[in-house]
Amino acid sequence: MSRIKGCFAQLKENNKKALIPYVATGDPNPEITLDLMHAMVESGADIIELGVPFSDPMADGPVIQKASERALIYGTSLTDVLAIVKSFRTTNNETPVVIMGYLNPIEVMGYETFAKTAGESGVDGVLTVDIPPEEADTYIPALRKYDLDPIFLLSPTTTKERMQIICQHASGFVYYVSVKGVTGTSALNTDGVAKRLEVIKEVTDLPVGVGFGIKNAGTAAAVGQVAEAVVVGSALVNLVEKNAHSLSNEEGNKKTIKEISQVLSSMRSAMDA
Amino acid sequence: MTIEQQADKKLSDMPDEKGHFGQYGGMFVPETLMEPLDELNQAYIKYFQDPEFLAELDNDLANYVGRPSPLYFAERWSRELGGAKIYLKREDLNHTGAHKVNNTVGQMLLAKRMGKTRIIAETGAGQHGVATATVAARLGLECVVYMGAEDIQRQALNVYRMKLLGARVVSVESGSRTLKDALNEAMRDWVTNIDNTFYIIGTAAGPHPYPVMVRDFQAVIGREAKEQSMQHEGRLPDALVACIGGGSNAIGLFYPFVDDLDVSMYGVEAAGHGLETGEHAAPLCAGKPGVLHGNRTYLMEDRHGQIIPTHSVSAGLDYPGVGPEHSWLKDIGRANYVSVTDEEALRGFHDLTKIEGIMPALESSHAIAYVTKLAPTMDNDQIIIANLSGRGDKDIHTVATIDGIEF
Repeated sequence: MSRIKGCFAQLKENNKKALIPYVATGDPNPEITLDLMHAMVESGADIIELGVPFSDPMADGPVIQKASERALIYGTSLTDVLAIVKSFRTTNNETPVVIMGYLNPIEVMGYETFAKTAGESGVDGVLTVDIPPEEADTYIPALRKYDLDPIFLLSPTTTKERMQIICQHASGFVYYVSVKGVTGTSALNTDGVAKRLEVIKEVTDLPVGVGFGIKNAGTAAAVGQVAEAVVVGSALVNLVEKNAHSLSNEEGNKKTIKEISQVLSSMRSAMDA
Repeated sequence: MTIEQQADKKLSDMPDEKGHFGQYGGMFVPETLMEPLDELNQAYIKYFQDPEFLAELDNDLANYVGRPSPLYFAERWSRELGGAKIYLKREDLNHTGAHKVNNTVGQMLLAKRMGKTRIIAETGAGQHGVATATVAARLGLECVVYMGAEDIQRQALNVYRMKLLGARVVSVESGSRTLKDALNEAMRDWVTNIDNTFYIIGTAAGPHPYPVMVRDFQAVIGREAKEQSMQHEGRLPDALVACIGGGSNAIGLFYPFVDDLDVSMYGVEAAGHGLETGEHAAPLCAGKPGVLHGNRTYLMEDRHGQIIPTHSVSAGLDYPGVGPEHSWLKDIGRANYVSVTDEEALRGFHDLTKIEGIMPALESSHAIAYVTKLAPTMDNDQIIIANLSGRGDKDIHTVATIDGIEF
């Protein structure tokens, strides 16, 4: 059983929902990421989503765009991201890791080389923002060959017919983008999300994660009522940004890790309450 | 695949129904855009067969844009270069001064039929932004144009033109602050406002159906050129020359000739400071295939797949990608892709201005500069058609600065 599948099975048994934090790898410097991953697990993260920095993050709002730019100052590459996951696995063999990014770095590495290296490094799932299943004829088999779960997005504009196609290709979980817009968007309508999730549930048995617009313990708990997983990104990356410029790397990293841990702990408590 | 292997199918039959030109093109976008793109594709397919739509388009092209644009025999310039007879397809004489308006008039008619009330666009040199603001003004629609902060500085005149036309120009401060970042930002706007917004992409790139749709709106250039060549010379030209940023003026000229295998095609990219310096905007000449802005195509990227900064004296060519059909025409060997430097383009700008009294845009000056190399290698009875895609008024300030002149 894949780590992701196992994780959701266990959560279900304990009547709990998954908390999935997203951070951009190497943001604001390469030293922070490994420590941050471990700290997030300690604070209640069930699955970790690592962003792969890209020069042209078309689907991201300003917060995650800037995270990418900060990480790229140090040249954080896809190869670096996979190496960090490998280091993480030396002391944590349980927590699933999903990497999220854009297709071009993967194209350049080559699907086969990427999937093989990712699999061997201990990556569990891959969310590639800009490749719909229609373009993924050779990509999905490459991921499957190395037991990587292809994670796909569903959006408010996705028709039921498309949901069926997408869910046939997906495994691990599917990720419902709760608003039309880019990452970091403000408003999230929990009732609207609940209605859409009913439709998604008619199409697939896969767990559904909801992201975009989850800001605090309150929204996390509300979404946790209706979905199997809560994805939180920009709210955490905001904390990275806040501490990135005013302090030395070491001090800034410490403070960021502490603050992100606090936010995740509060979300965890609210979701479990 | 080579041209010969393609024999069962005409080259003009591309792309396939999902927008693929061989391995290029396609729809590489976030999920939220898949449905709106499908809706756009349905509308495009439907109205391109609708006689009423086509009649309205023809009428706008004739009476608003001022088509057909002349095919002008540059007699003095041809004589000076000593070789082929050079004809210029005068897209610079269109309303708003460039070929861009052919496409914005067409997409705006689609937007109207689809009931969209808000128009967005990206722009590099500002020509597409002006052409979009122009047609939006005509219909009284809200118009937002995204433009890189860097380009806003070097194209101040066009920024003011857009504002006069009632558009809001948004300065894009992210990334390299040029055309590619403006495109990213326009995509972000579209994904957020898809219910009421029509995104008019200005070049034959982006996700399907944009490359084929923009090509079809721009193909009026080549259709007219073909007819005019028959009128003037009683035969087709031997060579076509056009500059390439995203490649919309080039594909507009090339496409109607693509099955006429005796007509050579030259797409001219911006070599900037020289291909060997790395400071250029020539993905077809010096890049590799990858995925950006919704399609697979030749790109300028580093070994990790990050898009790298481009350089060209002309803002309209300053783009790290290129329309997917050009990538395919390159791979099958149907079109030749070459490049000229900033310096050569500037010489072309001055030459044409002095010799023919026609001031080309710096983008078009790249095509002009390549003609000065190509024409002397050809015979006196051979014919070149070069696409004069835009006029150079907008670039006077840039050229003056380079020449050390202050106003």
